[in-house]
Amino acid sequence: MISNELILAAGESANPLLPNPWEILVTAAGFAVLLFLVVKYIAPAFEKSYQDRVTAIEGGLEKAEAAQAEANATLEQYKAQLLEARTEANRIREDAREEGALILAELKTKAAEESARITEQAHRQIEAERTAAVTSLRAEVGTLATSLASKIVDDALENDERAARVVDKFLADLETQQNAGASN
Amino acid sequence: MTAFALPTATEPYVPPSISDTHLPEVLPWLAEYGTGFGKQMVMIILSIILIVWFFKSAIKNPKLVPGKAQFLAESAYGFVRNSVGRDIIGEKNFAQWVPLLFATFFFILLNNLFGAIPFLQLPSFSHAGAAYAMAIIIYGTWIAVGVKNHGIRYFKLAVVPSGVPGWIMPLMVPLEIISNFIVRPLTHSLRLMATMLAGHMIVMLAATGARHLIMVQESLALNAVGVLVIVGSVAMYFLELLIMVLQAFVFTLLTAIYIQGALDADAH
Repeated sequence: MISNELILAAGESANPLLPNPWEILVTAAGFAVLLFLVVKYIAPAFEKSYQDRVTAIEGGLEKAEAAQAEANATLEQYKAQLLEARTEANRIREDAREEGALILAELKTKAAEESARITEQAHRQIEAERTAAVTSLRAEVGTLATSLASKIVDDALENDERAARVVDKFLADLETQQNAGASN
Repeated sequence: MTAFALPTATEPYVPPSISDTHLPEVLPWLAEYGTGFGKQMVMIILSIILIVWFFKSAIKNPKLVPGKAQFLAESAYGFVRNSVGRDIIGEKNFAQWVPLLFATFFFILLNNLFGAIPFLQLPSFSHAGAAYAMAIIIYGTWIAVGVKNHGIRYFKLAVVPSGVPGWIMPLMVPLEIISNFIVRPLTHSLRLMATMLAGHMIVMLAATGARHLIMVQESLALNAVGVLVIVGSVAMYFLELLIMVLQAFVFTLLTAIYIQGALDADAH
């Protein structure tokens, strides 16, 4: 049977608020040991594991970043090289064009010079031939004149008036010829 | 009482008492009300061995990609470190307090959970002595932290609230002294002890009550009620589990809050 006395007796058996001093001691000492072990071994191990992971992850990221940077640098380099090659090709093309133009111009000049030279030479030859002709003519003219003179003289002796006309005409002809030769 | 008037009972129902939470001593010396070196103390020591063994072996060969034990241990450590330590004490000072919070949380948690493990079946902190011990350690710690950081002025900072009109001081200062230096360690320890003791008493009550109803009573209806008590005690068991974890968390959280208050006594 349950009675109030029994319940009260049960309640009075021990006050739950009154501690057993040995339990305080054992709990406090036990906790101190636990805390010591945690401070000395457990917490540092976990912190280290955590740090290692952070380092590893950050290291991996850094490595990836480095690889990316390297790839970018290579790409830039390739681009620069390509650009350089294009510029070079353009330059060569331009040079070739310029050179071609230069060669053409030179050839033209040379041709013009050659033609000028040939023309000059022809002129000179013509002049020389003309000079030669004039010289030979001069010599012939002397002879002709002499023969003419002798003829005129012969004739003049027959006809004074006619002789005078022939001489005049001859001299006029000579003068004309002289002028024509000088103008040439 | 009439509900418990059981006419056909051959033996009276004796409800379990506080004394029943103190089992016969393992080593019978220094016995006060039947307790020398009792089961509770064995469990305190057992808890220390288990905690150190588990966390030590889990982190013995730390892997970058943790295994199951390492992951569990790291999650548990990280929970105390980040959710309690860093969030309460703050980024600047929390690191040195993590071991204390970690040890406090798992020491109390495991000892509480002992109450839910068959055969062990006794939360160590249902004994007032253990709860007092922890509360005294924490009490001494946060006062020492306050004095170390602010000198003797800490006691003024702790009891004289700032931004309060002068005329109310005669009322506020005694209240703050009582609240911070007397009531705080008492509530800190008794909250834990009382919840654990109550949980343990419920287990004992359900067990002895069910036994009495089924084994002693001859009425079939009362035997059936005894079965109902066992079914109900399963629900109580899970509630107790929740309370065990919650109280360990609350005790550790309050520890962190007290230490934070002592560190930043001049900040408010």
